[in-house]
Amino acid sequence: MLKLFADLVLTYIGTVTFGILLNVPRRALNLGGWIGTLSFLAYRLCMMANMGIAVANLLGALIIGILSMQAARYKRMPVINFNIPALVPFVPGGQAYQMIKNFALGNVSEAISFLLQVAIIAGSIAFGFLLAEMINRMQAKLMVMFSSRWSHENRNNPRL
Amino acid sequence: MTNDQGHLMIKTALHAGRIMIENGSEVARVSDTISRIAANAGYPDSKVYVTITGIMMSVSGEENAQIEPVVSRSIDLEKITLVNDLSRHFAEHKITLAQFEERLTDLDQHSRYFPFWLQLVSAGLVSGTLEVVFRHNYPDFLVTCIIGLIGWWIFYVLNRLAKIRFLSEFLASAVIGVLALLAVKYHLGTNADDIIIGCVMPLVPGVPLTNAVRDILAGDLVSGIARGMEALMSAIAIGSGIAMILQAV
Repeated sequence: MLKLFADLVLTYIGTVTFGILLNVPRRALNLGGWIGTLSFLAYRLCMMANMGIAVANLLGALIIGILSMQAARYKRMPVINFNIPALVPFVPGGQAYQMIKNFALGNVSEAISFLLQVAIIAGSIAFGFLLAEMINRMQAKLMVMFSSRWSHENRNNPRL
Repeated sequence: MTNDQGHLMIKTALHAGRIMIENGSEVARVSDTISRIAANAGYPDSKVYVTITGIMMSVSGEENAQIEPVVSRSIDLEKITLVNDLSRHFAEHKITLAQFEERLTDLDQHSRYFPFWLQLVSAGLVSGTLEVVFRHNYPDFLVTCIIGLIGWWIFYVLNRLAKIRFLSEFLASAVIGVLALLAVKYHLGTNADDIIIGCVMPLVPGVPLTNAVRDILAGDLVSGIARGMEALMSAIAIGSGIAMILQAV
């Protein structure tokens, strides 16, 4: 429990500092950090429940996608300010490194098994984002239908 | 007279688009912004074709299309946000087209980065915190921070000097590998693998990767594949830098 808490604090710091390296505007840093922490918490809970890396990464990416869009609408900023820093704790750094190391040392079969893990994680994250995009568009369509402010603001939006 | 207004609109829209692509925006956002600028300036039926290396735009009824090449690419999300804000202000008629163009030029020339020391400290903290999150290796936290900081510093300086991102990534990751192995040899750290995993995290091509996926999903296949290639090249540069050192030892 304490370990999980420490991990979450470190994830927040890591997300915010990665945002600084990308020159994310100051007023977006804090929210991006919270989105990263929340999605990482969901990921860790999935891993604790033994749901496998694919589901855990998919759920994490889904939460990042949905929350980032809400944050972008709230702050009126491009969504990449929030989702790129938040994605950092999901990078399969460990597996990618083991793959490189095993290829370099000649253990090809082990390297390929790590390569497959990297591919699974990357694919889950991509599909998580795709699902989030779908949900965001559905939400936008519903809001335009039911809210006069939204339909007024989006009257020129070609995507809706 | 209307012709002049049209020229200024195309110039401003292309300028805004170029700034956004140069600093790492996805293609769908750029074409969306350009068509909004055109619509708000009174040209609702403009045509725009955006790729990651150039933008083409024409206004229906006028004869010539304009082309804006995009030569350099870096990552600066603040500029994208500022162009977005300016476009919103223009849509709300807070600024005129001429003011818009003026502010874009101003924005293009003065980049407002975080101070360099803060970037260095951030790179160190990214390395250290993610090393602990991924590997749960608490004793190596501090040494990972320091090596990550040095690695980022080398990457930054080489990027300034040579302007070849892949080369800077390759050399920075090679230095990270050497330093990590030395740190373990002289008992400053316990596990070289964990230290390296943490230290390369600031170099990870997060923006090109995310944008590649977003572009492909949005149907901008040309730009998506080009960006995917960029991300893959970065990953290969980092990986071969590390692999070279691991093989040499």
